[in-house]
Order: sequence, then structure tokens, then C-alpha cells
Amino acid sequence: MNQIKTGGIKPKHQRLVLLVIALAALIGAGLLAAYALSNQASYFYVPADLMKDPPEQGRAIRLGGMVEKGSLKTRADGVTIDFVVGDGKARIPVRFTGITPDLFVEGSGVVAEGRMEGQAFIADNLLAKHDENYVPRQMGDMTEAQAKAVVAETQ
Amino acid sequence: MIAELGLAVLWMAAALAVLQLFAGVVALRPGGAAMTGLVRPLAIMQGVLVAISFLALIDLFLETDLTVKLVAANSHSMKPFIFKLAGTWGNHEGSMLLWVTIMAMSGGIVALVEKRLREDTLIATLAGQAFVSLGFYAFLLLSSNPFERLAEPAPEGAGLNPLLQDIGLAFHPPTLYIGYVGLSVAFSFAIGALVTRDVGPAFARAMRPWVLGAWIFLTIGITAGSYWAYYTLGWGGWWFWDPVENASLMPWLAATALLHSASVLASRNALRAWTVMLGVIAFSMSMVGTFLVRSGILTSVHAFAVDPERGSFILALLAVYIGGALALFGIRASTVTEGERFSLFSREASLVFNNVMLCGTLAIVLLGTLYPLMTEAFGAKVSVGPPYFNPVSAIFVIPMMLAMFVGPLLRWRHDKPGRITAVVAVPVLLTAVVLLAVVLLAPDIRILPTLGIAVGAGLALASLLPLRGRNLRRTPLSVYGMVVAHFGIGVALLGAASESAFSTERLAAMNVGDTQQVGPITVKLVNISPVAGPNWTALDATVTATYEGAAAVTLHPQARTFSSPPGERTESALYTRWNGQLYAVLGNEGEDGRWQMRFWWKPFVPLLWLGGLLVALGGFLALLGRVAHDVRRLRAGGKIAYRKARLEQIK
Repeated sequence: MNQIKTGGIKPKHQRLVLLVIALAALIGAGLLAAYALSNQASYFYVPADLMKDPPEQGRAIRLGGMVEKGSLKTRADGVTIDFVVGDGKARIPVRFTGITPDLFVEGSGVVAEGRMEGQAFIADNLLAKHDENYVPRQMGDMTEAQAKAVVAETQ
Repeated sequence: MIAELGLAVLWMAAALAVLQLFAGVVALRPGGAAMTGLVRPLAIMQGVLVAISFLALIDLFLETDLTVKLVAANSHSMKPFIFKLAGTWGNHEGSMLLWVTIMAMSGGIVALVEKRLREDTLIATLAGQAFVSLGFYAFLLLSSNPFERLAEPAPEGAGLNPLLQDIGLAFHPPTLYIGYVGLSVAFSFAIGALVTRDVGPAFARAMRPWVLGAWIFLTIGITAGSYWAYYTLGWGGWWFWDPVENASLMPWLAATALLHSASVLASRNALRAWTVMLGVIAFSMSMVGTFLVRSGILTSVHAFAVDPERGSFILALLAVYIGGALALFGIRASTVTEGERFSLFSREASLVFNNVMLCGTLAIVLLGTLYPLMTEAFGAKVSVGPPYFNPVSAIFVIPMMLAMFVGPLLRWRHDKPGRITAVVAVPVLLTAVVLLAVVLLAPDIRILPTLGIAVGAGLALASLLPLRGRNLRRTPLSVYGMVVAHFGIGVALLGAASESAFSTERLAAMNVGDTQQVGPITVKLVNISPVAGPNWTALDATVTATYEGAAAVTLHPQARTFSSPPGERTESALYTRWNGQLYAVLGNEGEDGRWQMRFWWKPFVPLLWLGGLLVALGGFLALLGRVAHDVRRLRAGGKIAYRKARLEQIK
């Protein structure tokens, strides 16, 4: 039974070989993941951070802040909107094409997924407060930090 | 009264679990044989009691007993029957009771039917099962009692989150939970076999139906969840790499690996320590999944009713069970003797490759899911999405699918490449031709969908090859199971790749009477009118869709407003053809009175879920084949024993 050829490997080392293959694959996966994550993870910004330390153009990021009152405008095609997201320190113009979430209104918090193109943020997706049970967690952090600004804005 | 009964019965079941653990441990010690007979009946009784407790909770929800806190917080007397029923497990406490119920009932079933395993290994397994369920009993009884009464009855229930008021809720969570918990049985078997040093084919054969069953339910749960998210969230996507989705994918990947390695152990007595290790990993992934869903530690669209304190409880359970199991594995791994050997070109070797690639994919998904937690420790908030998961997991998945062309055709132990070259050439050639055709005809498609279409087509063909030259009537059901499941993977891959390669989208503001073109389909907005349902009102759009001159079809996408609790939900409308699906969403009304409408034409997207169901069907056929085989063997064994006894008598 044990005389079967194993491709040049001594049969008695088979278990070791399996172990080495498995470890090599897992370590490879780990390194690959670490490399890809450092390149592909999308960071969360508030407008002030975005001004201070702008990310490279076109890189996927998320932007959180308040939709400024009176800034929301719909373009002629009826589906593209422009608005300004602010955090009290800085203001970023945002463009979004699509159907906005139900609770997306001026003066409330929003998290936009997208990227910077020029000086504007192009959003692919908007996350607004869905209902009492679902608040994007970053938005919870953000509103806490900027509670005063929000109160001032909404009054 | 019902609530008190349910709670009392639950406490009794927990007490039985303590007894079951105690009796099992004593029975395994020298001189404890007297306890041996106790373990099986205890496990069965425990299963029955928990089932009664769960039925009590269902009854409370159906009656909408508002003196019970959980019912008042999650149900509403006006809710349709099916959602009252599904609301039982649509919340934290109820879903944990469902978890314990499934766990205890599967323990009972193991005790009732398992006959092949060595008795001491079975007792160790049942003791392990009792030990694992005790943690969940503690969790349920100490921190999330589902039967808690309110001091004063609530006037009306708070209702169920509108996003959850969907037929999907009735099926998706229970199927996933059965899958998660089924893996706890595999875990207990692995622990039992380690404790009694009985890691061998008998252990793998006893464990295999449970792994297979859990895997079938996970497959159905993931497929159904994907379809549910697709039509209910209104984003037109079927997989978001959301932490909670990953939480269901990771146990599936581990269970798939375990399924294949258990089959090597059962048929060839190889990969012993590896299979035990995978048994531990698979259940760890279930618990990680539960932890991610229940703790709300990661931002997720699924984050309903989360509670960080409960998260830490589950994390503690995770540490105890998985840490304990790994320690046991570390101590006992050296006593697991090495199994049969095999050559580098054999069925076993191809399954090892499959296992390694699945574990690599699992590592990629796990690291990507937990990465935001790790960076948060350093103050950076990140999210990880498709730009990471798609290409990086493809590095492992595509080679694995290519290996699936070859693996099922190989012989056990040792094979010669020359024997199958000609056969494998056919699907390889098909893959190459499809690849070339896609690159030439549609050059602007990205690389992953292109590869997906080519490999999917090749795999769908290659998966049928193991039937070549067989007598189709005499082929065992388990072989059909494998063929159907592998075929399903190919089909699902084709659907997914085609969706991401060829989808067209049309977003427009439309007046009533306007038409739009999306892909081959002309859509016309005919009318918008208000409609009302049992607990919601909606704006209902009447849209006609015409496919290249075929007869028009009417669709009704809606924007629903729920009253209890208040909430909104877009209700997409689907028109399915053999070659694709039209997806329509009604948006908001603009200031100028035009309506935002969103349409997608997604060619061949239904293949994705069809493929998922085929995979589950394949698993079911294999399970049926195995169980039928076991039953036949048991019967034959019974006959032989009977004849022997007769012979003795005559003598």
C-alpha cells in the first residue's frame, strides 16, 4: 500500500507536506488580504478631514456630514441632485444620480459612498437614517461630535 | 399561563442539559458504566422540552399576548398571520430560542438514530452537545428571557420593522439557523471523536449527513437571502459583501470544505486531523456569524435590534468553546494517527486542493470582514467592499473551479493523467472558445465577469462528465448529487457574471404617459395611484413593459408607507423572462411633478438563484442517497442478526 509513488515525495512526509501546503496557502491568503485591504479599504471622511488631507482622486471613500439647508437642487433630468455636505468647519459639494433614500432631507445627516472628482464629491450611494432601528454607526459618531452645529443648523 | 409554561419547560430543559453533560462525563470514566444508559434518553427528553417551549412562544405571538414584553415590542395585532408567526424569530430573544430549539432537537435526533458510532464516542458527542447548548441556555435564561411579562399589559404592540415584513422572513432566518446549528452537531462529533480517540471513517460517516444537512440549509438560506435583498432593498444588487452576508457565507465555505474532507475520510480513511480541525472551524464560523449579526459591532444594513452587551456574551461563548476545542485539538492531534496515503494525482489530492482553496477564500472573507474592527482600534474608520472582495477572492475561487473540471473524474489513491486528458479537453476547449468569444464580441467587459462567463460555461459542461460511460440507472444517488451541485455552481457563476457584465440601467424622471428604453425592453408609465394594504398604504405605479415587440406586460412597483411602526419601503416589481429580468423601482415625485423611475435589464440573472437551488438540490440528492444506503445496511444487518439468532435457537 505504501509503495505508491507520491510524485517524488517520501510517503512518510505526506502529512508534513499537507501541513506545509495548507499553511503556505493561508499565509499567502493573509498577505494578499493585507496588501489588498491597505489599497482597497474605503476610508470615512468628514468635510474638514477631506479639506485638510485630501485622498487621491477617484479612490473609493465615504463622506459623512449634514446636508446643508437650502443647498439641495435637482437638475433638469429630474434624477441628478446637487447638495452641500458640511460639518461646521468645511463644505463639500456633492452630486448624486439616483433615487434618494426616504429620510434624506435637508438639515439631516447623511453618509455618501463615492469618490472625489475635482473639487466635488460624486456619490454612488447615499445612506440616510433608515428608521429608528437603523442608523449607520459612523453617523451616530458624527452627530455626537457635531451636535452643536446640528442644533444650530436645524433651529 | 402559556408564557410561564414556556419558561418553566425551558429551565427544565437546561437542567436536563446539565444532567446530560454530567452523565456523559461520568459514563466515560472508568467505573461509570452505570450512567451510559442515561445519556440518550436525556438528550431526547431535552429536545422535546425545548420544542414545547418554542411552541409556547409561537402561540404567544399568534395570539398577540401583549402582557409579554417580547410580543409587545415586536408584534402588532393588525399584522398578517404569516408575519405574526415569523415575528417569533424576527427578534433577538426569539431567534436565540430558535437556535437552542434546533440545537436540542438535533441532539435528540442524534441520540435517537445514530447506531454506527462507537457507544463511547456517541456519549462523548452528546455530552459535548449538552456542553455547547448550556452556554446558549445561560444566555437565553439569564440575559434574554423571551417569556418576560410586562408589569402592565401594553395597549398595542410596537409592530415589526417594515423591511422585515416580507415572506422572506418566514424562511430565510430559520433555514440559516438550521444550517448554523447543524454545524454544532458536526462540532460535537469532532469533539467526541477527539475525546475517545476515535477519529476514523465511522466518525466521518456519522458526521457526514449532519454536515450535508446543515450545508443544504445554509445554501438555501444564502440563496433565499440574496434574492430577498435583491428585490426588497431596491438597489438591484444581489450581494453587497455586507458583514452579515459574509457571516452566512463563511460557515458555508467552511462547511463545503468539511463536506469534501469528510467524504475523503469516510471513503478512504485519509485527512483525519484535517477533518476534525474543519469541524471545529465550521462551527466557529457559525458562532462568529451569530456574534456579528447579534452584536451590531459592524455597520450593516441588517443591523436590526442589536445590543453590544449581548455581543460580549456571545464573544465569551465563542472564546470558551472554540478556545477549548482548539486546546483539545492541540493536545490530542498527535494521537490522531496518520491516515491512508495517496499520490499527488488522485481524487484525494484534488479534494485537498479544493479544501485549501476554500480555506483561502474563507481567510480572505474573514479578514476583509474584520478589518474595519481592527483599524478602528487605531482610530481609522474604513469600510471594505466589492473592490476588495471580488478580485481577491477570485484568486482562490477561479483555480478551485478549474480544479472542479478534473477532480470528480479522478480515481481514488492514484491515477494517471493520460487516462482523462481527452475527456477534460472538451470543457477546457469550451472555456477557451467562450473566453475568446466574449473578448472579441464584448471587449469592454471587465476581466472578472469575462472569466466568470468562460469558467461558468466550462464548469457546467465539465460537471456532467462524471456520468459519462456510466449506466445512468445504476449510478448511485450521491454521484447524481455531486453532478447536480457542481452543475449548479457553474450555472450560478454564469448568472452572476452575466449580471455584472451585461446589466443595463435606466434612471429617469417620467411623466405619466412617458416611455423609456432599457436594454431590449420598452417601458411606459401608465398611471400612479394610491392603494392600501392591511398595515400600509402605498403609491402604486402601473408600468407596461414590452420586450422587442412581444405582448406588453404590466408591473406594479410601489412606494409603501407603513403605519405600525412607521416606516417606508420601496417595493420593486420584477418581470422575468427566460433570458433575463426587468427590475422596476418607483422613486420620489420631483418638484415639477415628474416621477423618478429606475429600471434595470439584467440578462440571465435568474440563473444565479437557480444555480443556488441546484446546488442545494444536489446536496439533497446526496443526503437521500447516503441515508437510503445506511437504512439498507441497517436492515441487512438486522436480518443477519436475526438469522444468526435463529440458527443458535435451532442448534
